[in-house]
Amino acid sequence: MGRTLAAAIGIASIAAAAVASAEPPAGAASCSGCHPASTRVTSPVPRLAGLDRAAIVRAMQDFRSGQRAATVMDRIAKGFTDEEIQAIAAWYATQK
Amino acid sequence: MKAGRREFLKLGLAASTALIPLPTFAQGAPARVVVVGGGFAGATCARALRQADPRIAVTLVEANGTFTACPFSNAVIGGLRELSAQQFTYDRVAAGGIALARATATAVDAQARSVTLADGTRLPYDRLVLAPGIDIRWGALPGYDEAAAAEMPHAWRAGEQTVLLRRQLEAMDDGGLVVISAPANPFRCPPGPYERASLIAHYLKTKKPKSKLIVLDAKDAFSKQRLFQAAWAELYPGLLEWVPLSKGGNVTSVDAATRTLVTDFGRHQAKVANVIPPQKAGRIADAAGVADRSGWCPIDPVTFESKLQPGIHVIGDAAIAGAMPKSAFAANSQAKTCAAAVALLLTGGAPSSPKLINTCYSLVAPDYGISVAGVYQPSAGGQLAEVPGSGGVSPAGAPRASRAAEAVLAEAWFRTITDEVFG
Repeated sequence: MGRTLAAAIGIASIAAAAVASAEPPAGAASCSGCHPASTRVTSPVPRLAGLDRAAIVRAMQDFRSGQRAATVMDRIAKGFTDEEIQAIAAWYATQK
Repeated sequence: MKAGRREFLKLGLAASTALIPLPTFAQGAPARVVVVGGGFAGATCARALRQADPRIAVTLVEANGTFTACPFSNAVIGGLRELSAQQFTYDRVAAGGIALARATATAVDAQARSVTLADGTRLPYDRLVLAPGIDIRWGALPGYDEAAAAEMPHAWRAGEQTVLLRRQLEAMDDGGLVVISAPANPFRCPPGPYERASLIAHYLKTKKPKSKLIVLDAKDAFSKQRLFQAAWAELYPGLLEWVPLSKGGNVTSVDAATRTLVTDFGRHQAKVANVIPPQKAGRIADAAGVADRSGWCPIDPVTFESKLQPGIHVIGDAAIAGAMPKSAFAANSQAKTCAAAVALLLTGGAPSSPKLINTCYSLVAPDYGISVAGVYQPSAGGQLAEVPGSGGVSPAGAPRASRAAEAVLAEAWFRTITDEVFG
């Protein structure tokens, strides 16, 4: 009984972790306020889902450093660390 | 994925004899989340909950069949846009598997974990999300009650009031005096009164150029102030006058019959008066016991769970979200963060520290946009604080092309966010 229970809880935790790993990393959920989640929307702001990971990282770093001209992205990029940018880019690259 | 989830549920049942506190899903039944309020916060949260975990049974409680958005409603007042462009139904939200309860929530029993609707129906929940927006503090400004609002519209909840203010401006003769009163902080949409002043000034300049607009303010400073004032000097010189608190701007009472606003320094009899009154969290927040003496709702900055009632989360304008302003963008951002946290809590997970963004555009003229942006995270003090070095407003002295680009981005933002929430 004890072992079955332990195993059950163990598997349950893994399942919970699997659900959790699909969650966007810190900051990523806010992007779709401006970056359309849907292809239905016409906007000069690009959809992020499925974009190349390295391209997102580069864009964010260039906005942050001021290398790339921006309206609001310079101000927003300054709120994110390299690690956070990497995580956000990796997550969006896998979205459809 | 599906098989895995089913397996997880079965195993969850087996584990339910354990002595550790079990997440709701481990007890076998699908978790129930009730979301009260179908605005930018509530409708976003309902959808994001289903996205985060389709097993969650989500009920969205909303009294209105149509949502009327506040962002861009100042353009309706200024005659640049029709109210229909602000309106959205819940058809697509409901099509996503969310149960829609078209009713007013009147009470919450935090111990029994149920919400009572106006007809007496009780909705049990495992977690409750309150997104009630704002209520007007009727009576906080002497003379300003619901009857007065029919003469001197607030137009701070979009809909009939928006149209009323526009009609009054349209009916006014050239040369009339328009007065806007702006409240002390905090209130919904900090730059809103000043965008409204701008777009009313634009209407007057274009259609009734002998008229005058006075903004009576209960504050000495406001959102995007330098940008607004520079634009006013450029676009509306002599037409728009802002009177701060220190120059007698604080309105102490109003008389609806004569459309008069009284300050410590004098009386302003207006042809059209727009009173933006003091506000508080929507009524259900009080009934649920999640509002503090300020009238707003203190929350945990990681989960948006109420600091006053466990199991109840508060998002959007009703929440005390630290440095985050009461805006549609912030509401949408908070809703997604809260939904992810609630989904995790229901499976026994522990949400990690989030980061949230806000971006607010204001139109000073149809082709002249300015913005404020910010990135926020929970501080050591348990509040949402701005990430040092991030955020800020559009640059001062930027070329008109850049202001025009921000006006285009403002409209694109509205299309994008309303599609995410209602489309």
